Amino acid sequence: MAAVSTVKALQETVLRAAQPARFVTLANMLIPWISAAAVGLLGAGLIDALALSPPDYQQGETVRIMYIHVPSAWMGLFVYALVATLGGVGLVAGHPLAFAAARAAAPLGAAFTAVCLVTGSLWGKPMWGAWWVWDARLTSMLLLLFLYFGQIALSRAFDEHRRGDKAAAVLALVGCINLPVVKFSVDWWNTLHQPASVMKLGGPAIDASMLWPLLLMAGAFKLAFFALWLVRTRTEVVEARLRAAANRARSEAMR
Amino acid sequence: MSVFLAVLKRDLLLALRDGAGTWTVLGFFTIAVAVFPLGVGPEPEVLRRVAPGVLWAMALLSALLSLDTLFEADYRDGSLEALLAGQLVPELLVLAKACAHWIATGLPLTLAAPALGIFLHLPTEAMPVLFASLLLGTPVLSLLGAVGAALSLGARRATVLLAVMVLPLAVPVLVFGAGAVESAQTGLAVGPSLLILGGVALCALAVCPVAAAAALRQAVE
Repeated sequence: MAAVSTVKALQETVLRAAQPARFVTLANMLIPWISAAAVGLLGAGLIDALALSPPDYQQGETVRIMYIHVPSAWMGLFVYALVATLGGVGLVAGHPLAFAAARAAAPLGAAFTAVCLVTGSLWGKPMWGAWWVWDARLTSMLLLLFLYFGQIALSRAFDEHRRGDKAAAVLALVGCINLPVVKFSVDWWNTLHQPASVMKLGGPAIDASMLWPLLLMAGAFKLAFFALWLVRTRTEVVEARLRAAANRARSEAMR
Repeated sequence: MSVFLAVLKRDLLLALRDGAGTWTVLGFFTIAVAVFPLGVGPEPEVLRRVAPGVLWAMALLSALLSLDTLFEADYRDGSLEALLAGQLVPELLVLAKACAHWIATGLPLTLAAPALGIFLHLPTEAMPVLFASLLLGTPVLSLLGAVGAALSLGARRATVLLAVMVLPLAVPVLVFGAGAVESAQTGLAVGPSLLILGGVALCALAVCPVAAAAALRQAVE
C-alpha cells in the first residue's frame, strides 16, 4: 500500500515538473549546479587522464585518447536510446515536453557520436596505421551517426513542428529496433577493434589506474550532456511559447 | 481481404498504366551498374570481385528511387484520407501498397539482376543465389521504404530526406544480401546469410506496416 502511494506521489511530482512553465523554473535552478559539477568532474578527470594515469605499456601516450573516445561512444548510444524513449513517451502521452526534450537531445547525441568517430580515427592512425578501417565497431558507429542525421533532418523538415516531432519519434523507435540488427550484421565482418573491456562479465579487464580516470570522464560527459540538454530543452520550450504568441498576435491582427 | 486485393489491384493498375515507374527504375539500375566497369576498369577479376556489392547497392538505390511516389499522389488528391477512413486497417493498407510497390519495382529488379550479373562477370553458379537474395531482400526495401515515404509525406525536400532515413536502416539487407552472393562465388555456404535475410524480412513484415501506419495517421491528422 505504501509502495503504491509512493509511486503515485513520484508520478505526480514528475508530471508537475513536466509542465513546461515549471520545467523552465526547475531547469533555471538545476543548470548552474549541474554545469559546475560537470566542469569540476571534467577538470579532475582530465588531470587524472592526461597527467596522473600511466601510459600504456604497448600503446604509450596515445592510450590517453581513450578517455575522450570511450565516454563519447557510450554517450552516443545512451542518447539515441534516450531520444527513442522520449519519442515513445511523447507518442503515447502526447506530452509536448517529451518532444522538446527529444528534439534537444538528438544533435547532442550526434555530436558525441562524431567525437567518438574522430577521436577513434586519430587513435587508429598510430595504432592500426590507418585513419579508417571498415571494421564492425566503426561501421556501426558511423551508421548510428547516419541514423542521427535522418532523425534530425526529419524532425526539422515540416512547417508544422508537431508533425516533425511525431514523425521523428516513429523513426527513432524503428531505428532502435534496427540498431542491434545493424550491430550484428556488421559484426559478421572480421573485427580489428578490441572487444569490450570495461562492461563485461567477470569484471573489467582494465587496471584501476586507468579505470578511474575513464569513469571520471564518463561521469563528466554525462553531467555535461545533462547541463546542455537542459539548456537546449529550455530553449525549445521558450521558443514554442514565442511561436504560440506570434501565432496569436497574427490571428488577432487578421481579425 | 477483398479490400486489400482491391487496393493492391488499384496500385498495380496505376503503376501499369503509368508504365514509367517500372521502366525508369530498371533503366536506372542498368545504367548505374554499367557505369561501374567504366569507372573501375574492364578487368574481369576486378569486376567479379565487386559484382555482388555493386549489384546489391545499385538495386537498393533503384528501389529507393521510386519510393517518394508511394503515398504522395494519394496524399495530394485526398484519396489517402478516404482509404484510411475505409474498411481496411491502416497497417494492411500499408502492406497492400508495399506489395504493389514490390511487384512494380522489386520483382523486376530481381528478374533483371542476373542479366546484369553477366555484365560484371558474375559466375553462373552465383546467379541463383543473387536471384534468391534479391527475392528475399527487395520486399524489405519496399517495407522500409513505406515507412520512410509515410514519415516524409508533406516534408520539405522529401526525396533526399527519404534516402537519408532509409539507407542506414537498409544496411543489414545489403550486408547479408551481398554476403550471400559473395559466399556463393567463393564456394562458402550461402545458407546462413539467406536465412538471416529471411529473418530480417519477417521482422520488417511485422514492424514496418505498424510504423508506417502510425506515420500515415500523423500525416492526415
